[in-house]
Amino acid sequence: MPASTAVEPTLGASPERSDRPRRPRRSHLQGSPLRPYAFLSPTLIVMLVLMAVPIVMVVWYSFQDSAVTVPSTEFVGFEKYQQVLSDGTFWKATSNTAIFAGVSVIAHFAIGIAFATLLNSELLSPAVRAVFRTVFILPWLFTVAVVAVLWRMLLNPNGIVNYLITTFGISDSSIEWLSSSATALPVVTFINIWCGYPFFMVSLLAGLQGIPKDLYEAARVDGAGPVHQFFHVTIPQLRPIILSMAILDFIWTTQQFALIWMTTGGGPVDTTEMLSTYTYKLAFSNYDFSAASASAVVVLLLSMILAILYVRQQKARD
Amino acid sequence: MTALRERPTTPMSHSHPAPTPTPAPQARARRNQRPQKIGIHVALLVCALFPALPILWMASTSLKPNGQVFAWPPKLITSAMNLDSYVAIFADGEKLRFFLNSYIVAGSVTVLTLLASVLAAYALSRYDFPFKRALNVVIISVQAVPPITLLIPYFGLVVTLGLYDTYGGLILTYMVFTLPYAIIMMTGYFNTLPRELDEAVMVDGAGPLTVLFRILLPIAVPGLVSVGVYTFMIAWNEYLFALTLTRTNEMRTVPIGIQLLMGQHSYDWSQIMAMSILGSIPILVLFTFFQRYFLSGMSAGAVKA
Repeated sequence: MPASTAVEPTLGASPERSDRPRRPRRSHLQGSPLRPYAFLSPTLIVMLVLMAVPIVMVVWYSFQDSAVTVPSTEFVGFEKYQQVLSDGTFWKATSNTAIFAGVSVIAHFAIGIAFATLLNSELLSPAVRAVFRTVFILPWLFTVAVVAVLWRMLLNPNGIVNYLITTFGISDSSIEWLSSSATALPVVTFINIWCGYPFFMVSLLAGLQGIPKDLYEAARVDGAGPVHQFFHVTIPQLRPIILSMAILDFIWTTQQFALIWMTTGGGPVDTTEMLSTYTYKLAFSNYDFSAASASAVVVLLLSMILAILYVRQQKARD
Repeated sequence: MTALRERPTTPMSHSHPAPTPTPAPQARARRNQRPQKIGIHVALLVCALFPALPILWMASTSLKPNGQVFAWPPKLITSAMNLDSYVAIFADGEKLRFFLNSYIVAGSVTVLTLLASVLAAYALSRYDFPFKRALNVVIISVQAVPPITLLIPYFGLVVTLGLYDTYGGLILTYMVFTLPYAIIMMTGYFNTLPRELDEAVMVDGAGPLTVLFRILLPIAVPGLVSVGVYTFMIAWNEYLFALTLTRTNEMRTVPIGIQLLMGQHSYDWSQIMAMSILGSIPILVLFTFFQRYFLSGMSAGAVKA
């Protein structure tokens, strides 16, 4: 129906609605059918050049012998995928990423709901609530680079954390938190928990404020204590929020790069290697852009699965 | 209907909870709540140590002479505290350059993202057109595309386009993260504004651009602010692309600058912490002034920097 471009208002006075509109209502808003695309064009161009083209490129690279580095590269089919998928470090990185993200999300939720519940108490004055809410949000406001260097200082062998544990007799000597293979993964996970929970907390606080008070009233009348109320009123009411936040948080945490890169660099050996750092190293340390692309495509597919979950959850929520 | 969730940027109630009119028997119960009230304040104070202590320690370290950073026993406040580290940063042109770069990049990304997202959101909110639903789904799902996946082709693209180690390379590539949620948030905001508003003006013969810029934008300022502060924050904090797509210190942004300080042989922790604080100030200031917009955006689940 390209001819309908001419639907541009040509009517001097609308026959049907003589009172005021000089043009038919629909064409007012619609105008040329191309008009919405004109408005969308900057976005579409950015998305095409910076999303569609790169994804085609990375898939193309992944089937090459030595993309980017060598001009006369050869098509090698799934060889690079085989190389990546048979690499023990890739699987180590996958399991590290799953642990790192899984534990982070659970802890973000646990701390988030605890702090949100405290903040939501009716016993607090608005001013006190505002002050504490700000304090609780603070870690989220610092960029990951800052969080990384801050914790490197706190966890330094001569740093305050080691001072505290030796003073209180938890350990006889200082612990090299970030460079010993036993502690590195738990510690980077802890750091990520520290800076990520406010995201959950704010959403849950908004959710808590939206729960009708009479639900609690009714539960109380039925003789439900605070714990029972929490599990049978609060949690079911917050369920949609919790699910969306959890998926979103999981997606983002699996993509975390800066925190790992600036604290452990994936080490010692591969104890904190994540899919992001593994892929990065393939490309920018080993200069094997083809293998890196294969890894990046696998990571993309995994993320898309999570994204589908998220979109479904959003639809269910609406 | 549309896959885009409505995310009206209505300010989250702060001064909440609206003191619900308390019936008389509850008022009596309130007097017995004193122990509970004290308990909850104590619990909050203890919990506040978790976020606050590390940050206090950062502030304290930035004021200590570097020799005292790891002095045992550690002291939060010492008599030797001074502003030397801050002075040293302000006297160092190379470090100031990191800040300048970050402001240029984050500022440009914010302006361009606002422009593009307002236009796109107007189309998505006010028009029906083929592939609209598909486009909505694309906009939502590209948010899940891992930066590391894009980085590899970007590296090639940016070099080919001659944008390696330039502001342009960073500004352009950051848009890919900022645009999707900006469009989602702006569309949600426009959806809350009544259509009758545009129609009334259009009846008077005004074109869609007039409607958008003269009528909708002025009342959409809260939405613009919300999108703007988030965009700025994302661009200010970005690390991976800044690390890979720039090379010279003239082009490095603050997060990379902080890392460069770490790379030197003897760590000047005092200066690293001062740099960290200075590098966080723009975001802290934005948060202070626009807290409610931050909170509404966060609770909409739109953004995580």
